[in-house]
Amino acid sequence: MLAVKNLEVVYQDVILVLRGISFEIPKGEIVSLLGSNGSGKTTALRAITGLLDTQNGDITKGQIFVEDEDITDAEPSKIVNLGIAQVLEGRRIFSELTVTENLRLGGFTNNDAVKQNMERVFGLFPILKERAKNISGYLSGGEQQMLAIGRALMSDPKYLLLDEPSLGLAPKLVEQISELIVEINSQGVTVLLVEQNANMALKISSHGYIMETGNIVMDNPSEKLMQDKDVQEFYLGLNAEGTERKSFKDVKHYKRKKRWLS
Amino acid sequence: MITFLQATFEGLSLGAVYSLVAIGFVLIYKATDVLSFAQPALVVVGAGLISALAVDRGVPFWIAFIVGILLTGIIGLVMERTFLRPMVGEPVFSVAILTIGIDILLRTVLNNWIGLNPRYLGDPFQSFGNFGSVNVGGVTLKYLEIAALFTGVIIIILLSVFFKRSKYGVAMMATSYDQEAALAQGINVGRIFGLVWLISGVLAGFAGFFITGGFNTLTQASFLSALRVLPAVAIGGLDSIPGAVIGSLIIGLTQGYVAYYQLMLEGVIGFSLGSGFSLIAPYLIMFFILIFKPDGLFGTKEVERV
Repeated sequence: MLAVKNLEVVYQDVILVLRGISFEIPKGEIVSLLGSNGSGKTTALRAITGLLDTQNGDITKGQIFVEDEDITDAEPSKIVNLGIAQVLEGRRIFSELTVTENLRLGGFTNNDAVKQNMERVFGLFPILKERAKNISGYLSGGEQQMLAIGRALMSDPKYLLLDEPSLGLAPKLVEQISELIVEINSQGVTVLLVEQNANMALKISSHGYIMETGNIVMDNPSEKLMQDKDVQEFYLGLNAEGTERKSFKDVKHYKRKKRWLS
Repeated sequence: MITFLQATFEGLSLGAVYSLVAIGFVLIYKATDVLSFAQPALVVVGAGLISALAVDRGVPFWIAFIVGILLTGIIGLVMERTFLRPMVGEPVFSVAILTIGIDILLRTVLNNWIGLNPRYLGDPFQSFGNFGSVNVGGVTLKYLEIAALFTGVIIIILLSVFFKRSKYGVAMMATSYDQEAALAQGINVGRIFGLVWLISGVLAGFAGFFITGGFNTLTQASFLSALRVLPAVAIGGLDSIPGAVIGSLIIGLTQGYVAYYQLMLEGVIGFSLGSGFSLIAPYLIMFFILIFKPDGLFGTKEVERV
């Protein structure tokens, strides 16, 4: 179990980004973390994987545990060694290097099993095998996302943190990626899925957390979230049955976005 | 023709030596975003260490050679740990000024030790006779220059294999492209920084021996030869390793040709260019190349300028 307890993160010593959030990712499940821009989803991931330093951020309160081991403020390399791998937002592959080199870098902490892990990744993403010698910057967006996920899998993680894997992909590819996430999960990898595409995320996850301005405002099993009226309206783009489709023109501007705390 | 071959050979061997330092410079810039102006000082420090061990202390030459070069690498490592690690994330310009400070520090200490008389490094090739050189079809090849050329080529091959094949080499490339993504793969970026400085220091140590070894001797002015690496790096583009090698060869060849053809050139243009012209020529070349290609021959556009 990966557990975040009462986490508070401050950027540049003044900007309070996470205001004490807690969530849990039970082993073997897919948990999704939803929310609009700037709600702190990515910051939560960075806090877990120890990547706050590069952004001048600090954990000011709270703890992060993986299997009861405290990993708050641990070095990124140690966290990867403990079996937590993050797929960064925007893929962030090393575009000057080849596909194989990218994968080898993903296996940096697990150098002995590179061959075996690479077979596994090629099994999941056969297209990467065809492109193995290509410079990764020339891959298509979907292939790059697969490479980014494959690279994270190279460290043989128990927990895979995905930051917006659907970003910038065509609907068909989003579907393909979501199927792959389910498949990875079925191989025994616990997944935390950070998404803006709530529809896709809630469909494959068992539990969902909704974030808003640094707080978790809602936390329910995914089916329950999908039934929730506010979630339907503001995240899934559905209207209550029988009602007319709303035009934003008729809605007061402060009501266009759900404000959970008001 | 023989003059031409002679000049070409000497130029290439000089270029190979410069390229060692230039590669170190580019490595540091690419991986850590630091423009290390202390690299030329490290070159003379390496020479000084070898000389101190081999001549003053009487350590056998090859041991002194290896220990001196390794020590230079370690000085590079210590520099990074003490002065530059706290500066991570600061503007490139401030860090560059800091390295100039380190450069002055190293040189002051070293110049004080060198004193007024030239120091020797214990050239192992002197004992081969004929002033440590061999004559091939009229071209005089100094053993030191042959060794410099070979060492340069071998080190460049080793480094390119290292970057393509080894775990840390690829990690180093990754760090230079995207530090954060490298961190996310579990790469210990701090250790990579240290490794980069160590390698650059070792390369500077090698260059130090070839620049000041044999009859060249180590004097307070040796630093000026090492400084010619800067135009080489500027010509190649600050962030390209092939660029660094080619820039160094251009500088080396320029120096070689000017040394041999200056009299002829002066005869054509009708006035004297002065005795130190071969020292200035590299900077002139840099000047002209940068007018047409401000980012250097192989540099990427968005490289920050200082």
